[in-house]
Order: sequence, then structure tokens, then C-alpha cells
Amino acid sequence: MIRLSYTDRYQITRLRTLVTNIFSLAAGLVVISIIFLIAGVNPLFAISEIFQGSFGSMYGFKETITKAIPLILIGAGLTLAFRAKFWNIGAEGQMLMGAIFSTWTGLTFGDALPGFAIIPLMFAAGFLGGALWGIIPAILKIRYAINEVISTLMLNYICAHILTMLIVGPWRGATRFGFPGTDNLPDAAILSVIPGSRIHYITLILALACAAILTLAIYKTRFGYEARVVGENPDAGKYAGINFFKTTLILMAVSGGLAGLAGVGEVAGIHHYLGYPASVSSGYGFTAIIVAWLAKLNPLYTVISGIFFAGILVGGDAIQISLGLPAATVEIVNGTLLIFLIMGDYFLHNKITVSFSRT
Amino acid sequence: MWITWKAPSPNNFNPAADPGLMRMPKSRGGCPATLMKKIQRLEMEGISKSFHGIHANKEISLSVGSGEILGLLGENGAGKTTLMNILYGLYQPDAGQIKINGSPVRITNPMESILMGIGMVHQHFMLIQNHSVIENIALGYKDTPFFFPKIKIREKVASFSRQFNFTIDLNQKIWQLSAGEQQRVEIIKALMNGADLLILDEPTSVLTPKEIEELIIILRQMKADGHCVIFISHKLDEIMNICDRVVVLQKGSIVGSADTGKTDKKTLARMMVGRDVVFNISKEKLAKGQEILRADQIHVTGDMGLPAVKGVSFDLHENEIFGIAGVAGNGQRELAEAITGIRRIDSGKVTINGKDITNLSPRHIYDHGVSHVPEERIRFGIAPGLFLYDNAILKQHHLKKFSRRYFLKYNDVKTHTQGIVDDFKVLTHSIDNQIRNLSGGNIQKLILGREISEQPRLLVASHPTYGLDVGATEFLRHHLLKLRKQGSAVLLFSEDLEEIFELCDRIAVIFAGEFMGIFDSDDERLCEIGLMMAGSKRI
Repeated sequence: MIRLSYTDRYQITRLRTLVTNIFSLAAGLVVISIIFLIAGVNPLFAISEIFQGSFGSMYGFKETITKAIPLILIGAGLTLAFRAKFWNIGAEGQMLMGAIFSTWTGLTFGDALPGFAIIPLMFAAGFLGGALWGIIPAILKIRYAINEVISTLMLNYICAHILTMLIVGPWRGATRFGFPGTDNLPDAAILSVIPGSRIHYITLILALACAAILTLAIYKTRFGYEARVVGENPDAGKYAGINFFKTTLILMAVSGGLAGLAGVGEVAGIHHYLGYPASVSSGYGFTAIIVAWLAKLNPLYTVISGIFFAGILVGGDAIQISLGLPAATVEIVNGTLLIFLIMGDYFLHNKITVSFSRT
Repeated sequence: MWITWKAPSPNNFNPAADPGLMRMPKSRGGCPATLMKKIQRLEMEGISKSFHGIHANKEISLSVGSGEILGLLGENGAGKTTLMNILYGLYQPDAGQIKINGSPVRITNPMESILMGIGMVHQHFMLIQNHSVIENIALGYKDTPFFFPKIKIREKVASFSRQFNFTIDLNQKIWQLSAGEQQRVEIIKALMNGADLLILDEPTSVLTPKEIEELIIILRQMKADGHCVIFISHKLDEIMNICDRVVVLQKGSIVGSADTGKTDKKTLARMMVGRDVVFNISKEKLAKGQEILRADQIHVTGDMGLPAVKGVSFDLHENEIFGIAGVAGNGQRELAEAITGIRRIDSGKVTINGKDITNLSPRHIYDHGVSHVPEERIRFGIAPGLFLYDNAILKQHHLKKFSRRYFLKYNDVKTHTQGIVDDFKVLTHSIDNQIRNLSGGNIQKLILGREISEQPRLLVASHPTYGLDVGATEFLRHHLLKLRKQGSAVLLFSEDLEEIFELCDRIAVIFAGEFMGIFDSDDERLCEIGLMMAGSKRI
């Protein structure tokens, strides 16, 4: 008979975290392999295709970085909210709201202002949009004790429909020949890219800076301290004189605001106009949840995990073309990996002992 | 080959190899209880258990027999609770064995220990607050039928209640009961499951003096009926009063044992802390200084929406300790929370040094020099997942000392934390340790250190020595007197009359949210404090 018993692990080293994560990902890949087998595809070939597609070629790598930009921005913002145990599932909506605000700014002022003025203005507008969409669930939670998971999730749909309403209605562009979507942004309002790629580097720099600043904020500042205390024990926060309302509002404004910035990057850097929600964001707001989790809620690590998951998105596109698998395959890959990462946490926090005994 | 998770599966279960477990699979099927052998003697031999390299129990051997009450005495963190959790199947020992009636048994989970006849009443009750008494009992009862559980067991519960003189309405919800009544529900639960051996973990810490007397009567009756009882405590009086024999633990090892008839409190105290303890702290006479706190006709509402504090007025001066004595639940917690800003004051006025602080935020009140050791320390006092040094500045992180503009000065914070850990003898291997890894007593020491170290003008301390061992209690009381000498004022809430009399200059007795009287500590009328605490006398 095999007996299993577990004890709490006392201290968790970085190395152990790393090793556990690698094992979790490996175990996830095994399950994904089975799914590929069922789909009639050689799993080794499919998995190698995914990584070949994303990291194996210059083109793939550039695409990976492009897609990593929104994931890092949103993921970094989510780490802050998750630290305070505010389960923000609404980054997708916050990102779209950022896209809406910045598109309006770009279309309205883009012709009148030079690039160095309009671009910061659009980012500011995008941040504002995301922040506003982020503080709605915060207020609902604090004032009326409405579960933030439900409210943030539902606000995603509301925002997507507002966007659709705008692009088929009042904002439909004259140059679209009746198809839904706004006119293209004026040239001054478009982010420049690294030549030969779609990497809108201004947003990339912004993302890296945000990740670094947030790391500093969480671990070194009073605000980060208060957010962590509130997340660990709201009653202790109250006792310590921490303003729960203010802290939650600020952190959700930042979390939503960063998602808004990602929305600006997508519109001004990639699409150049506002189209259907599904084309503005390919589920970045949801994928970023996994990114934040894989980064162990450390904003700096979202840079690494963001690039990793961007690679899976790009590689997923690649196998869709080369192996003829459905588009949903990549979502299965993502979901499976998340489940295994969460399960890995159990092994990180508990020591499992196996002992053998004769029956 | 079978793979099991913790509990052995019945399929490969071999009763012959494990005689102590013999009745286990059968009794689930409803076999009569007479098949079970009653626990005549329970022995623990050479039990060792370590957590993260620190010995919680080290080669502990003890035994308890039928009709005996064994006391387990020790300071916080001495390993009492760990040892009992091993017996109850919550932990597995690293070495050693447990024997029932001479034959070794293996207890891998609480269900097994219950079926063997071991019952445990935890320090914090394991009851579901929104369920009724009968529902809670049905939930823990091994032979509860699947359908209509309450009807079937009601008669059985009633007969148990009669036997032990329990008078509890079985339809009341748990939250409506006092701590003493909840404890009796736990005891009934254990007895209904046929417990021959009852473990009580710090059972008196939540009880009023009258409830303690009732508990003692119940325990004596159980003893007469031939039950074994293990009674965990760090209160010497109770151990001497209740137990036949006592085993003293210190730092995980047994340092002595004695028959209570052949020893005295001083000897036991010395065994427990390893040195002599001064039980009477001499307090020097100090003249009252300026007025620090004035409370005027305060009214506060409690959690249930009923008035909890009804028009309380008092003042508090420099060099003074003002004690509020009373049975828990008479408005002490609400009064402390109202003064420190956690709870709203409905009407009335509180001033500190003449400045109105009524209903200011907790931080503003803290900045006026008011520190607070809360009653529910785990709930209010700490953020469990954060490190010791994070918790050591919980209320002070905004002060200039620890923060510069938006940033925290973590180097200074860590130095400060190390100071508290050293001064207050907090047992931890490092300050880079999540506070949840510490024992309750050590968490409390850290909170006390945090609140006292900043030299408050006024310290509001709710039951500061509750759960502390003798050594730490003595240390803390000296600290309170030191604060008093340095010109601070202390507002002390305590149920421990000895503590109140030892420390306080003036004493108020609170009952049902009102003061029954305020006295100087040498006032002769205080001999009737018991009556005042019970609300039957007002002066």
C-alpha cells in the first residue's frame, strides 16, 4: 500500500517556485498532447510547431513581442488587484473602454494636434477609460457588497456591446462603405512601429516601465503595503486606520487603467481604427489572468510570463494554419496550462511524503 | 496495491493486524456499542513531532486511566495542543506510539479517533453558528440517519442532557448561546459519540467564573462514571482544583509530573517556566497627572443592532491605570472599539487631552497617541500572510519614522521589528517569516510589542494577558506599570480580577453596558465586585 501524507511547507524559495512552475507546465503539456492525439495530430509535432511558430523564426518572434505588449500591461495591473484579493475578471472590458476613449480622442483632436501632443493625450484618455470601468465594480463592492467576480465579468459584456453600438451607430466611419467600424485614426495619432514588424515600441516601453514601477509600488511603498494588508485581512486594515474605500478605488483605477493603456496600444498601434470587440482584443483581458498568476502576482515577472503566453497565442495561430486545427485549440491549451499552474500551487505550499508499507 | 489518501480503505483493512481498530468498520454499520472495548487506559509512548525542524513534542510519554483527570500544564507553545492533536488524529507523530488498553493503535484521522472513543473539545469551538443545537449534534454524530436526522436523535440528546444536568433549548441557534453553553454542546457531541476519553483544550479560557464551576461539576461526574479526561490549561488554580495528576510540558518535553495532592502551585509554576515567578507585583504610589481621556455619556450599538454601551462616563489621567472589570460580553469590546475609532459612537463625547476625538478615523485617533491591543487579535491585529516586519508596523507605517513620502523605509522597519522580537521574546526563527506560522501567544507578544513600543499617551488594552503564559504575563504587567510610571494612561479591560486588582488605580465594574460603580483600588466596597459583575448590585 502506498500512503500519502502532506505537511505545510515552511519557506518557499524562488528556485522551488521556478521548478514547480516548470513541472506544472510540463504536466499541462502532457495533457494537451493527449488532446492533440484525440484530434489526430502528432502531439510532439504540434507542440514543436507552436514554439517554432512563436520563437523559432524572426517573424514569429516579432509577432510574439507584439502580442506580449497588452498581456504584460494588463497582467501587471491584475497582479495589483489580485494582491489585494480583488478578483478583477473585467480587464477585457477595461481594455475595450480604454480603446473607446482613446479612439474618440484620436479622431477628435488628431487632425489639430501634432504627434507628440496627441499620443500622450490618447494614452491618458485610454487610462481614464479603463480606470473608470475599473472603479465601477470597486464602488459596487465597497458600498453594496456586490461580488466583484460577477460584476467585473458582466461589465465586460456591457462594454463590448457599447463598443459595438458605437461602431455600427454614431461612430461608423464614412470611409467604411457601410461596414461597421470608425474611420482610420489620423496619421499623427498612429503609433510608430519598429520597421519590419508590428511592434509599437512606445507601448512596449510603457509596459516594461509599468511592470517595474508597479513592482516597486507593491513591495516598497505605503500604498502597496496598504493594498497587501487589505487583501490579507480587511478587518486588520480597518483597525490600522487604512482607508479601505480609497485603497480599493486607487488600485482598481490603476488595474483598469493599465488595461486601458493596452487598449490604446491595440487601436493606435495595430488596427488604426476601432472595429468589433473581438478584433480589438483577442481575449487579452482573460489570458492576462493566467499571465498574472504564472508571474506569482509579481508585476516584474509578468514580462516573462506575458512573452510566454504571447508565444502560445502566436504558435496557436501557426498550428491553425499548418495543421488545420480549429481556432479554439489555443484556448484549450491556455486553459489547460492555467489549471495545471493552479494545481502546482498545492505542491508548492505542501510537502507530499510518499511511504510504502506492506499490507 | 492500493493507493489511499490518508485513511486506510476498508477493502484492504486487516483488523487482526491492528486490534485497536477492530471495531471501526463495524460500528459504521450500526453494530451495538457493547462490542466496543471501553478505554481503560491510554498510553502515549515516546511521541515526537517536529515542524520545520523545530521540535514541538520530544519523546513524550504519558498515560491516563479510567476515572482519572490528567492535567497538561505548560506555557504557550510548550506543545500541549500539538500532542493532543496527535492523539486526535489530526497530526501523525514522527516517532512513538499510542496504546489503548495495552495494544498499539494507529490514528490517522479524527473519525478514527472518535470511533475509538476519543473526544475532543477544541479551544475554538467547531460549531456551525447559524445551525441549531440539535442540527450541530446530528452533524457530528456517527449514527445519524440520512433522512430526518433531527427526529431520530432528539430523544438520545435529551437523555444525555438530563444525565449531566444540561439545560439548553435544542432548537436555539448556536450564535444565540453563550460560550459556556456552546462548550456544553461540544461536550454532548463528544459523549454522544461514545467518548471514553475526553480532551479539553483550554476549556475555561472563554468561560465566566460561574460557568467554570458548572464545568467542574460536569467533569467530576464524568470522572465518577469512569471516563478519562485530559485537561489542558496554563492556569495553575484550575489544574490544582480539577486534576488528579498533572504533567508539565516545557518546550516540547516533559519537565515534571506530580499528583496534585502532593504538590503546590509554586512548585508547578517553577516547573512550567523553569524559575520562580513573582505572583505579586508591587505597584508604587504615583500621583495622578493631567487628564488624558474623558468619556462623556457614551452610547454605542453592538453587532446585533442592540445598544451595547449605555451612557458610560469616566475620566483617565496620566500615571493611572483604569480597569474595567466585568464578564465578557457586557459591552467591553464595543466600548474599546468606540474609543479607538473602529466603531461609531451614537451619542456622547470622547476627548483626548481636551481635544474632541469622537468618531474620528482610527488613524486620527492613533495620531492623538491612542494605542489599542484589540480583543480579537487574529481578526483585527494581523495580516496573516504578510511577514513579521510587515505586521510590526501595522498601525505605524504612515509615521515619518517608517516612511519617506510614498516609500516605506524597510531597513528601519526591520530594525524596529527585530527590537520588538528581542524585547518581547517572540519565538521565531527570523523576522522574514509569515506571521501565520507563529503560535497564538507569540502573535500576541508581537502585537503588544507593536502597541507599547511607541510610548502611547493612552493604551487601550483588551484582555492583554489572555492566552499568555505565566512568564509573558508577568513581563507584560511590568510593562504596563512602566508605561504608567512614564506618564501614560492605560485603560485595561480584563476578566481576570487578580490582574485588575494588581495593576489598577481605579476600577469600574461594567454590566450590560453600564457602569455599576467606579472605585479606587483600595475601596472596601470592592469586596462585592462579584455581585456587581453579576448585575445584582449597583453603587
